[in-house]
Amino acid sequence: MTIATGQRRETGGAFRWSARFTAWDAAAAAVAGLVLLPILVVAAIGLGGSLDLAGHTTRYILPAALLETGLLVMGVVALSVLIGVGAGWLVAIYRFPGRDVLGWALILPFAIPTYISAYAYVEALDYFGPVQGLLRLGFGFASRRDYWFPEIRSMPGAIVVYALVLYPYIYIASRAAFSLQGAQMIDAARSLGCSRLSALRRVVLPAVIPMLAAGATLVVLETLNDIGASQYLGINTLTVAVYATWLSKGDLAGASQIALVTLAAIFALLWLERRALRNRQTRIASRGYRPVSAPRLSGWRGIGAMLAVSLPVLLGFVLPFGSLLQHAIRQLANDGLAQDLIQALGNSLLAATLATLVVLGLALLLAFAGRFTRLQRIRTANRLAGLGYALPGTVLVIGLLPALGFVDWLANGLIIALGLPRAGLILSGSIAAIVLAYTIRFLAIGLEQVEAGLATISRNTDFAAHTLGCPERPLAWRILAPALKPVAAGAAILIFVDCLKELPATLLLRPLNFETLATQLYGHASRGSFEDGAVAALLIVLAGLAPLVILNRMMQR
Amino acid sequence: MLIDLRRKGFMSALFASAAFAFPSLAQAQSVNLYTAREPALIKPVIEAFAKETGIKVNVVFAQNGLEERIAAEGVNSPADLLMTVDVSKLVQAAEMGITQKISSPVIEAAVPPAYRDADGQWFASTLRARVIYASKDRVKDQTITYEELADPKWRGRICIRDGQNAYNTSLFAAGIARMGQPKADEWLKSVKANLAKKPSGGDRDVAKDIASGQCDIGFGNTYYIGLMLNREPERKPWAEAVRVIYPTFAGGGTHVNISGFALAKHAPNRAEAIKLAEWLVSDQAQGLYARQNYEHPVRAGIPLDPTVEAFGTMTPDSTPLVDIAKNRRAASEMVDRVGFNNGPGA
Repeated sequence: MTIATGQRRETGGAFRWSARFTAWDAAAAAVAGLVLLPILVVAAIGLGGSLDLAGHTTRYILPAALLETGLLVMGVVALSVLIGVGAGWLVAIYRFPGRDVLGWALILPFAIPTYISAYAYVEALDYFGPVQGLLRLGFGFASRRDYWFPEIRSMPGAIVVYALVLYPYIYIASRAAFSLQGAQMIDAARSLGCSRLSALRRVVLPAVIPMLAAGATLVVLETLNDIGASQYLGINTLTVAVYATWLSKGDLAGASQIALVTLAAIFALLWLERRALRNRQTRIASRGYRPVSAPRLSGWRGIGAMLAVSLPVLLGFVLPFGSLLQHAIRQLANDGLAQDLIQALGNSLLAATLATLVVLGLALLLAFAGRFTRLQRIRTANRLAGLGYALPGTVLVIGLLPALGFVDWLANGLIIALGLPRAGLILSGSIAAIVLAYTIRFLAIGLEQVEAGLATISRNTDFAAHTLGCPERPLAWRILAPALKPVAAGAAILIFVDCLKELPATLLLRPLNFETLATQLYGHASRGSFEDGAVAALLIVLAGLAPLVILNRMMQR
Repeated sequence: MLIDLRRKGFMSALFASAAFAFPSLAQAQSVNLYTAREPALIKPVIEAFAKETGIKVNVVFAQNGLEERIAAEGVNSPADLLMTVDVSKLVQAAEMGITQKISSPVIEAAVPPAYRDADGQWFASTLRARVIYASKDRVKDQTITYEELADPKWRGRICIRDGQNAYNTSLFAAGIARMGQPKADEWLKSVKANLAKKPSGGDRDVAKDIASGQCDIGFGNTYYIGLMLNREPERKPWAEAVRVIYPTFAGGGTHVNISGFALAKHAPNRAEAIKLAEWLVSDQAQGLYARQNYEHPVRAGIPLDPTVEAFGTMTPDSTPLVDIAKNRRAASEMVDRVGFNNGPGA
């Protein structure tokens, strides 16, 4: 999602202040308010609760949870950066055997939800899995106590599992950054006597840090949002602590307090990121630049590059996907394709499509509001509208449920006051609630992309249109929006895939008898028989793969 | 093009929300079930009910959070019956004010007083025993008490899932009721010191870790063994490596928790909901639970599945369920205090 991040600050022109309240203000405020609503509800629940437990929480829960979360996040970011930047560098700068296919395949792990990967890894690497089985066969061991083998259900195991599915965020960003500017910078650096590696270290990396930081932020947020994988692998993150406090202690207020700590940590992180990068700009290379030399790696170096780049694809995608495929085939052979799976696929596609359209629409609206008004307050509102992505799904639900219930209560009050029969739930437990939750959570993706895309269109276009007497609306829809098509399509794909994978909000907000692929899979996984959900899991991955292929074609253009 | 797409999206959104907006307007003779029990598990029970009565059952499943959802939906909630696992959740649902009393002679006759709320706010449908999985090869003990698991002879030999899991907190809560808080703390500390590894995975993984030799003994619920032995061929070796021992508290019995149900306070289909509740404790449904999921039926006189029968005779502990619910929070805090989830030596 961050292909163009960092370019936003390119368009010059200071933001200004104006006292006049326009429709743009209303739109920006409404959307920001919508996103802030669940956060405010969570804050209200947390602050409304007794602080009795605060002693217990601060003494026993937070230190351990902060430590485990910190270790996990740092490990995952470090490993993701290593894989993502390494692969991005090789693919963008060099030519070697299999580069075209691998460059494409490297983004595939993005389609695999973390919890699916975690199950597949435990299965593959546990005692009864093929790896240890071969070891025992080869060395004649009889029991797990006869040999040492790394434990996958552990912190290092979790770091590896997460990084292998989250590195594409970094890879996509770094590959785009390297191919936009890497070649040009390297040619320049080399002409001044630098080697390629030292050009990478001294010139290119510092220049692409903003794009990498944005990718890393997404890795952090995705790690924090996950609950299935961390619980299964025995990692007690802050999100797991929110869950445990809510469920094991029956203490929603205490859970909200921990959620607030999590949010505070996330906001601090986002603020630091923006602050640290304030004066670092990613310069866009001149279009059409062709590198002097696209070095070809041949012989063992070519093979080495090929193997190095294959590894993340194999471990991040082929292994979990293969494991899924195997279970799915067995299940299909036994039971055939269940009717309810087709229904679930339809529901997943419907909810994801609706949410994607709503997000794109709102993102365009907000981005235009920012561009046309150039008001500081709209800029701020747009930043707030992006905060939903930092909200773990579980926390989002805790905040959203009471809000939806309240709206329904008001609506029914109104309906009854008008002398009509009670309508029952209108928002809660409807597909609208799910779409709303997806919108709040994923608006940031659309907004970042569209704003960045808009920033690459010179403001002279606006001035020209203005001079010719073209008002804002046709300018937006007839001139700017069509130019944004590729960007919007890229954003749509990322949003769509994220919606398909989303679980916690879908689970608690969905209507009666409404199953998506993710909730179907959850139904099986929560019984501990993950393999019964293999077909659903496979469909999630496949439905996410198709758009990824399209995304890749766009990246190559 | 984009404008076009947006308009279409809006239209389909309208259409879709019209279709889903009014879940409470489902056709007559239906009942809305909010369940924390897995769909595959209750499906046969519900299908049999629908066949028998002609009442359609609409389902929403989530392991957690359904209580909060019902509370948030308030008076407009379409929920009729709430089915869940763990007595603490049922007690909490009643405390949240989202349940109402069921007075049904049919249910009262089927469910012994120890397994239902005194005021009829909730009822158990099955019993779930928290037992010991022991290695057939490496553990010779035939009986064991929960207290004995603190003995240093088990050092480095015990496996268990996440200490905050309801199965565990409920056992620990019973421990607090039995031993008192200070002793329970000591006990849990010693059990922690005896762990072979950091708590993780599920109960099946405990059996797996015993089969692989990583540990010798562990905590688990009975029905997982039944499922693995009879329905999950690839996991059969895990279950075959372990023996089920019904542990007891010193001077007491085996810890059992329940799965159960409660009538939602604003149930729009109250009569149908009570019919479904009565069905859940009928001979037929109870037999399905025993055979499908290898649980202990709450109703007396229902034959156990032969797999479970072979585990021996289970004597449930006499600690009242409400005391377990009352101690749940203390148990969860004890898990934090002891640092149970950090594993041995941390």
